[in-house]
Amino acid sequence: MAFVVARRLIQAFLILLGVAAITFLLLYALPADPAVLIAGRSATPQMVANVRHELGLDQPLVMQFLHYLGGLAEGDLGRSYTQRTAVLPLILARLPATLILMAAGILVEVVLGLTFGIIAAVRRGGFVDRTVMMLSFVGVSSPQFVVALLLLYVFAAKLGWFPMSGFGTFGHIVLPATTLGVLGAGWYARMVRSAMIDVLNHDYVRTARAKGLSGRRVIFRHVLPNAILPIIAMVGIDIGQFMSGVVVVEAVYGWPGIGQLAWQAIQQVDVPIIMGVTLVSAFAIVVGNLLADVIAPFIDPRIRAQ
Amino acid sequence: MTNGLLKRAALTALLATSALVPAYMAHAEDEAAAGAKIIVTYKDDIATLDPAIGYDWQNWSMINAMFSRLVDYPAGTSVIKPSLAESYTVSDDGKTYTFKLHTDVKFTNGRPLVASDVKYSIERTINPKTQSPGASFYHSIVGYDAMVGGKADALDGVKVIDDHTVEFTLTQPDATFLNDLALNFASIVPKEAVEAAGGDFGKKPIGSGAFTLKEWTVGQRLVFEKNPDYFVKGRPRIDGYTVEIGQEPLVALLRLQKGEIDIAGDGIPPAKYLEMKNSKDFEGMIVDRQQLETSYVTLNTQVKPFDNVKVRQAVNMAINKDRIVRIINGRAVPANQVLPPMMPGYDKDYKGYPYDVEKAKALLADAGLKDGFSTELYTSNTDPQPRIAQAIQQDLAAIGIKAEIKSLANPNVIAAGGTQGQAAMVWSGGLGWIADYPDPSDFYGPILSCGSAVAGGWNWSWYCNKDMEPRAQAADALPLPAKAEERNAQWGKIFTEIQEKDAPWIPVFNERRVVAKSKRMGGEDQIYIDPTRVIDYDAIYVKK
Repeated sequence: MAFVVARRLIQAFLILLGVAAITFLLLYALPADPAVLIAGRSATPQMVANVRHELGLDQPLVMQFLHYLGGLAEGDLGRSYTQRTAVLPLILARLPATLILMAAGILVEVVLGLTFGIIAAVRRGGFVDRTVMMLSFVGVSSPQFVVALLLLYVFAAKLGWFPMSGFGTFGHIVLPATTLGVLGAGWYARMVRSAMIDVLNHDYVRTARAKGLSGRRVIFRHVLPNAILPIIAMVGIDIGQFMSGVVVVEAVYGWPGIGQLAWQAIQQVDVPIIMGVTLVSAFAIVVGNLLADVIAPFIDPRIRAQ
Repeated sequence: MTNGLLKRAALTALLATSALVPAYMAHAEDEAAAGAKIIVTYKDDIATLDPAIGYDWQNWSMINAMFSRLVDYPAGTSVIKPSLAESYTVSDDGKTYTFKLHTDVKFTNGRPLVASDVKYSIERTINPKTQSPGASFYHSIVGYDAMVGGKADALDGVKVIDDHTVEFTLTQPDATFLNDLALNFASIVPKEAVEAAGGDFGKKPIGSGAFTLKEWTVGQRLVFEKNPDYFVKGRPRIDGYTVEIGQEPLVALLRLQKGEIDIAGDGIPPAKYLEMKNSKDFEGMIVDRQQLETSYVTLNTQVKPFDNVKVRQAVNMAINKDRIVRIINGRAVPANQVLPPMMPGYDKDYKGYPYDVEKAKALLADAGLKDGFSTELYTSNTDPQPRIAQAIQQDLAAIGIKAEIKSLANPNVIAAGGTQGQAAMVWSGGLGWIADYPDPSDFYGPILSCGSAVAGGWNWSWYCNKDMEPRAQAADALPLPAKAEERNAQWGKIFTEIQEKDAPWIPVFNERRVVAKSKRMGGEDQIYIDPTRVIDYDAIYVKK
């Protein structure tokens, strides 16, 4: 086990290094020159050159990259061009909000997905099943910004049950988390349903039933634990998915996370912030997958045996 | 006060002549509720509150209200008045300005503000290490070149005479120098606070203006509180304001309707504009005013076939500007010249090029391009700019020109425009030229002069007319306010001639600015869309 974790950590490090190198190269291939943007519209070439020098942009690309890596080693992500302040505190200040939103979103999708998936599997072929599957289809197909605006309009603007925008109380998180979760819930419901149906057809389920166990006990004791494995792997992948999904949701609900930060930085070609957010997101995805790998053996003895 | 100055004020402030201002203020004084606090929303983060750096229309107003400057504009007007300076004198040759400071002004850290702070603040803005986008406004101060060139750490042209007297020496008379000193970049900052902040002054600002920054929660809100020691009596008129960040414009409007917020800083998205303007629910909540802005298409005078003036004149006649204004729901007026109508020097009698497809075709044929040609049109990719570019594309097609649209993020459009020989045409919408202050020279130096036709510059027509340069310099040397009228007339002629003879632009429209506010907010429209401040936090108030 320790060996597996160590190997994955080395892989994670290499992945992050690769992400840093690729992002760096892509950003420097952009036609926009940050020095021109910073120096302002009335700047003379001399002033643009001054800014370029101050930012170290007049050095060869390799030197710039090494310099950046050197900073990374010391936990320094550089300084934002537009905000003129260190990048790391900007990201750290916003990271908790994104993590809270992601956790809440995952909770919503797992709870909704499991509930509807189980119901659909147990009543498969019937009216309930078909309704649930149709709803899940709608959930999977709805663009997030449409869901976000719809929920906002109905539950915040018209009914006034939740605040429209912002951060801080439980009420603030309900709509953004639901928006994030609805999409995933559709997938989860379908996955859980097919995994359950698959397991329900196994001989041991028939045996359990034959023993005279109650339907509820069969489902929760014998079927669900065997059907839940793919869900755990999916949660790991979802962390990566959500990193991109939060950009839209954070924008609509005014949620102060790193998605908003990234979106603004991209529009302003604020290279250090884009680099920083990309690295932190890549880190989160790597950690998410790592966790899913580590947790799976604890839940399924079959993997442990391998 | 001369006649010329009065005329200029009337032109630029449209409604508010300087005679009317005190009257409306006195009236408003009675109806301001005491102790009120308001909420303002914006979508994007506030980048910085450092007055040497901040240069976007969100932070401009906040910085303006946090700091003081030697001179300033009374609310809603464009006439310079002493502010931190009690009084000032200008030498007869127009090269020496002497300012007497108020003796009782303190920074909000408690330290009295003295003349050496003025010298420090101006030097800080010019110092290349600061990377200020406003440094070049102060190019006429003696010693500027040495400092920008890295040869000097101090400005010879700013002298501290005593604690309350400071003297500026210029290399040549500069009519707009007082306007430059009224810009945020010339705000006075305390050296010890800048140094203590260690490069983060933009997040920990200290000034001597109407408000102080009480709290800044990154990505969420900024809380400003009234400065009880503010040296301008009776200002500000609210006890504080909170800026909430990250609010989508549509969400902000819904909240405004429910009375949760007071000013939706991002205004109204173009698609919702007509609906809201005609809605009973929003009656009295929409402020819609002209600003000092022109949106235009640059015609690159160095790229074939736009190096031929006949081609530039032809495309000027090909564009149906009325239709473009309809595309943005009438939020603009069609333009026929470089200067916007509220700018001194605007030529009311000049009609520009008519919309005349036949004449345009004839001119193209004259230029040897009877069958038209292919070219590129760059545009910002945020709505409604690509739609406007498409309208221009269709108009050009009608005279046989095939324009391919290059729709890019703003910084990339700016980069293309500033690269020699690259962008044949650039639609400036979304990046348009909004004047820093109401003086016509602002539309020449940075965007039409030979000096700005350089890599990374904003002269995207790459226009350089050697005959115009001495005329522009001569006009700029006419001192204000004494020669204001003559100066504006000269500038007006320069711009009319540029457009008539050389046609480096297609002036398309002058856009209006829209802000939405709650019904309890009081005051005239011009303090919500102030010509030099955007929102005037000193002057706005809540009705009793």
